[in-house]
Amino acid sequence: MSSTVAPHAAAPRPDLPATDGHAVEPRENYLNVDYGWKSWLLSTDHKRIAVMYLITIMFMILVGGSFAILLRLELATPAGDLLQSETYNKIFTMHGVVMVFFFLIPGIPAVLGNFLVPIMIGAKDLAFPKINLLSYYIFLAGITLTLIAVAMGGVDTGWTFYTPYSSTYANSQVALAAIAVFVTGFSSILTGLNFIVTVHKMRAPGMTWFRLPLFIWAQYATSLIIMLGTPVIAITVALVGLERLFHIGIFDPTYGGDPVLFQHMFWFYSHPAVYIMILPAMGVMSELVTAFSKKRVFGYHIMAFSTLAIAVIGFFVWGHHLFVSGQSTYAGVMFSVITMLVAVPSAIKVFNWVSTMYRGDVWLTTPMCFAIAFLGLFTVGGLTGIFLGAMGFDIHVHDTYFVVAHFHYVMVGGMVTAFFGGIHFWWPKMFGRMYPENMGRISAAIIFIGFNLTFFPQFILGYMGMPRRYHFYPEEWQVLNVLSTAGATLLGTGYLLPMIYLPWSLKFGKVASKNPWGAKGLEWQIDSPPTTFNFDKVPIVTEEAYAYPEGSRHQREAEVV
Amino acid sequence: MSGNQPHIAPIKLYLGVFATLIAGTWLTYWVALQDFGWLNTPLALLIAVVKATVVVLYFMHVRWQSKMTMVFAAAGFVWLLILFAFTLQDYFTRSWLPIYG
Repeated sequence: MSSTVAPHAAAPRPDLPATDGHAVEPRENYLNVDYGWKSWLLSTDHKRIAVMYLITIMFMILVGGSFAILLRLELATPAGDLLQSETYNKIFTMHGVVMVFFFLIPGIPAVLGNFLVPIMIGAKDLAFPKINLLSYYIFLAGITLTLIAVAMGGVDTGWTFYTPYSSTYANSQVALAAIAVFVTGFSSILTGLNFIVTVHKMRAPGMTWFRLPLFIWAQYATSLIIMLGTPVIAITVALVGLERLFHIGIFDPTYGGDPVLFQHMFWFYSHPAVYIMILPAMGVMSELVTAFSKKRVFGYHIMAFSTLAIAVIGFFVWGHHLFVSGQSTYAGVMFSVITMLVAVPSAIKVFNWVSTMYRGDVWLTTPMCFAIAFLGLFTVGGLTGIFLGAMGFDIHVHDTYFVVAHFHYVMVGGMVTAFFGGIHFWWPKMFGRMYPENMGRISAAIIFIGFNLTFFPQFILGYMGMPRRYHFYPEEWQVLNVLSTAGATLLGTGYLLPMIYLPWSLKFGKVASKNPWGAKGLEWQIDSPPTTFNFDKVPIVTEEAYAYPEGSRHQREAEVV
Repeated sequence: MSGNQPHIAPIKLYLGVFATLIAGTWLTYWVALQDFGWLNTPLALLIAVVKATVVVLYFMHVRWQSKMTMVFAAAGFVWLLILFAFTLQDYFTRSWLPIYG
């Protein structure tokens, strides 16, 4: 999209090409405007808060990843040798809690969303900068409580906190972990609130709803889910806490409660939470695919509406988690049918990304490698989700490794791959430096191979009947489990590489130009890194999103000739 | 009220809201001590709904906000209905089929 951005008022300099290292001292930007620790910790600049979120979330990935390594090491042999059942239960619970609540849910909105939402719509900051900072500190409080719960012995209920185990029987730190989840929910709510108001109220002149980049549509739809769903999980975990302390009789049949009610309330939030994780990833995908195919996205309007459709339909499908929990068969049928409907907008998106790439100038940079990996992995994850939505098949594979493989394909193969793609794509914008391109491509390849090696065998294991959440298994399943553990080692290496070369590039990377990818969008028209208020003058948007030249690559080449 | 200007409500209004809430709480307490048969729960819920409405419309100023704000405020309640309706469709249909095995 094009807009009019005024030339810099002070110290004008030509747009820097990507040159090696020690170039001209960059003009004042959000990073070098102030260096004191207070200027970071008390900053209300959305970009600085995004960077603080990035550092915190990277730390949580390492914590959650360490738990994953322990799980896979234990499962390398059939006997329970490294971990015994109690410790194993705690490790998989903490892996789930940390990854879901402190990485997958906040990952893209809090880091990329915080950084990009105001810039992409032509605003100086989010609508409520102080509330944005507050959301970060609430997030830190949630992390602190979780880490205290880990230090005091951990939780062993599974990340789903199912009753009656969590409310009546578990002796681990359930209450503390539940409070941590409760607190963290408010951080999400405040971020969602901020995004909704910002998109409604602060769009630049000319930035109509249907000129918004699809990343913004995705953040907006995600924020709606957060606002409508998160209060329910907060109330649910609060009720579990009250049940443990005062036996009020919500979930415990002894006092007139019903354990299945917990599952209804939990999944009312937690199934839409799956879309809180994947929708922002889909937003990132739309940006990557258009930028590196140099083509307008195929079917902009239907992409925007399918984003909203996923957000809304996602609220009506939660019962597919309860097929074997004693839910009525009729309710099961209803939930099963609606589950199939979610596949429609999701498939539209996949087909439209592929159609966008078709006859485009596909440029295989690191972000595009991640985007293509996403396409394959998300498709496998999504299609196996349709298997699981069918009641008969679900009864066969319920609570087996088939389910574990399915949601890792969607969450890790989908969200995490898009997260890394997005981080590489906007890294030059965020920090003004290029990352080493070849290293990036190598890490994307290692992640893709490692991921499939880790999780594909789990589909087979699950189909053969290996249940999830056990630390031992019959010997005939060892080969597939060893393959999975070997893949996890490779996958871990793939994720560690960017964590090394990205910080390295901050000092040694080539200086990035304003628009190293030749991409459309307001963020590529301002400095890299941006100034504190992003734009020197309010931009006026005059073009559609992704206004790349029309026609196929061959038509355009023919025109040039 | 529309636009960006905040609505400034007189302090009397807040006192009125406070009085309504206190009165509602006492009423809930009194109702809980009486036996109205099957009306016990509906009556308690009715008082709670009236209190919530007063809070949303007056204390939270939704009454003077733009249509968009009203839509968002209403959406929360619509979603609460979805939670109730789809949970109850499980409870109400559980006895339709016998449990085999």
